[in-house]
Amino acid sequence: MNTTSRWRSVRTYLGVAVIVLWGLLPFYWMIVTAFRDLQFTFDSTPWPTHVTLDNFRTVFATDRGNHFGRALGNSVLIGVVTTAIGLTVGVFTAYAMARLNFPAKNAILAVILAASMFPGVALVTPLFQLFRNIGWYGSYQAMIIPNISFVLPLTIYTLTAFFREMPWELEEAARIDGATKRQAFTKIMLPLAAPGVVTTAILAFIASWNEFLIASQLSSDSTAPVTVAIASFTGSKPHVEPYTAVMAAGTVVTIPLILMVLAFQRRIVDGLTAGGVKG
Amino acid sequence: MNNNASGSTAPAPARRRLARRRARGSSLDPHETRRALLLVAPAVAVLALVIGYPVARAVYMSFQADQHLDENGVFVEGGFAGLDNYKHWLLQRCGDVACPPGSTGSSFWEVVWITLFFTVVTVTIELVLGFWFAMIMNGKFRGRGLVRAAVLIPWAIPTAVTAKLWYFIFSYDGIINNLFNSQVLWFGDKWAARSAIIVSDVWKTTPFMALLILAGLQLIADDVYEAAKVDGASPWQRFWSITVPLVKPAVVVALLFRTLDVLRMYDLPQIMTGGGAGDGNDTTTLSILVINEIRNGFNSAAALSTLTFLLVFGVAFLFIKFLGASATGAEGKAKR
Repeated sequence: MNTTSRWRSVRTYLGVAVIVLWGLLPFYWMIVTAFRDLQFTFDSTPWPTHVTLDNFRTVFATDRGNHFGRALGNSVLIGVVTTAIGLTVGVFTAYAMARLNFPAKNAILAVILAASMFPGVALVTPLFQLFRNIGWYGSYQAMIIPNISFVLPLTIYTLTAFFREMPWELEEAARIDGATKRQAFTKIMLPLAAPGVVTTAILAFIASWNEFLIASQLSSDSTAPVTVAIASFTGSKPHVEPYTAVMAAGTVVTIPLILMVLAFQRRIVDGLTAGGVKG
Repeated sequence: MNNNASGSTAPAPARRRLARRRARGSSLDPHETRRALLLVAPAVAVLALVIGYPVARAVYMSFQADQHLDENGVFVEGGFAGLDNYKHWLLQRCGDVACPPGSTGSSFWEVVWITLFFTVVTVTIELVLGFWFAMIMNGKFRGRGLVRAAVLIPWAIPTAVTAKLWYFIFSYDGIINNLFNSQVLWFGDKWAARSAIIVSDVWKTTPFMALLILAGLQLIADDVYEAAKVDGASPWQRFWSITVPLVKPAVVVALLFRTLDVLRMYDLPQIMTGGGAGDGNDTTTLSILVINEIRNGFNSAAALSTLTFLLVFGVAFLFIKFLGASATGAEGKAKR
């Protein structure tokens, strides 16, 4: 190895170290703090000291009007329903976009693109008034319906990109071998499409799980998702900023997403860049 | 190309269809068209319901007056107001007089500039850092999987949690002041608070930018660089005359996505500072202003959200027009 290429690989690994620390350090600090006793909130040792599980108990305690456990359930419910609707509707459109040629295709694609750029705040005002009038204010559908407005364009984009890359010749081949149209689709193409659909489902679920703006305006105490619950978390002692408990709550909210990301890391990167760069 | 457009072996009806199509100068199969439109219809219907209807309603509301007391103290129900709500924001007029300082009406332009400031600064820093990250990740090294997982962590953390996390990191006794041995009240001063918000947003979203640029870098074949090397191009020349132009489409798409995201930013400044920094509107974005205005009146809030939406679309239009963002076109297949 000559000096230039050795220098280059040193530079690469230094850069890699910067990137890894960038991603992990603040997240690590959240977890360390989550396990720290409230009295030692501002300890600056880089490893956990005065380790306790009290913060997690505080998070799930309900005596100060926090309903964190319930909020977790709400987020799961809202995320699952939003994702299911987004996928069911999105799959047909993405198939048509990737496989069929029809007039107004570009116009429809442009509408979907415009929808994905739409500022959520423009929906809040009219929906706030409408949902009050029809008694939906604070209901689950008051959050699910607006969430569909950004999840559906996302699923259509990501699925279209996946479908474009699929080996559709196999469908033709199965037909030649005597399979019916339905069989060729369900037996050959559907299993091949499954990874793309699963990836899209994860992206849609994460998007819905992370939503805050609309939920903060249209949810009630009993239907609020975790993002709203964590933003208004008050802790167990009055007049003490409960940083350690908030970090514990943050850890609880984030862990399911981190596990998903670790399990599906490669697919998620593909899905993100498919929707973005590859169109 | 269409399957049954293959000429002489096609059966008679197909051939007739083909002839008709040629006469119209199009290659569309009417059956395929009908099937496609049926498949697309549900999504279009859902989008019309969840976006089209609220937007139409917001535009209608923006031309209505809010319930208010008139100059004689008489309750006024509302009704058609023409452009009054827009005058309220754009000219900062409250009735016939200028809006009093401190009211939402007087802060419109200030908030527009704050939003644009956040957008320009955040996206610029992210572009530079994201490009650097992408260049590094595009190199050959062990543990690529680990790095890709590490950069996805800030992206996956909900913004509400990110806000709380950095609020803690920037707190008075927090780790930032501790590390730098400083005593900054990060959320008590306008520029300190803005910096804290920018740092948090850059931390969270640079990975996304980096991944989009990385996908663009991976579209560039190695032999292009080899050829340039053989021709004697320096690393700097190779970067400017190969990497930059070839990765431009991916960069423009990433820039577009991020720019629109910051223009509609709400979660971070709302949770970290509530829009102020001690007092005032020092970290108020347009989205925060809209939400604050809902308490004053739905119709004026609707006019403000319509203006926000026009700004976002204006910027998107400029991007697509002048930078040639084609988020719809297939840019090719990334090598994996």
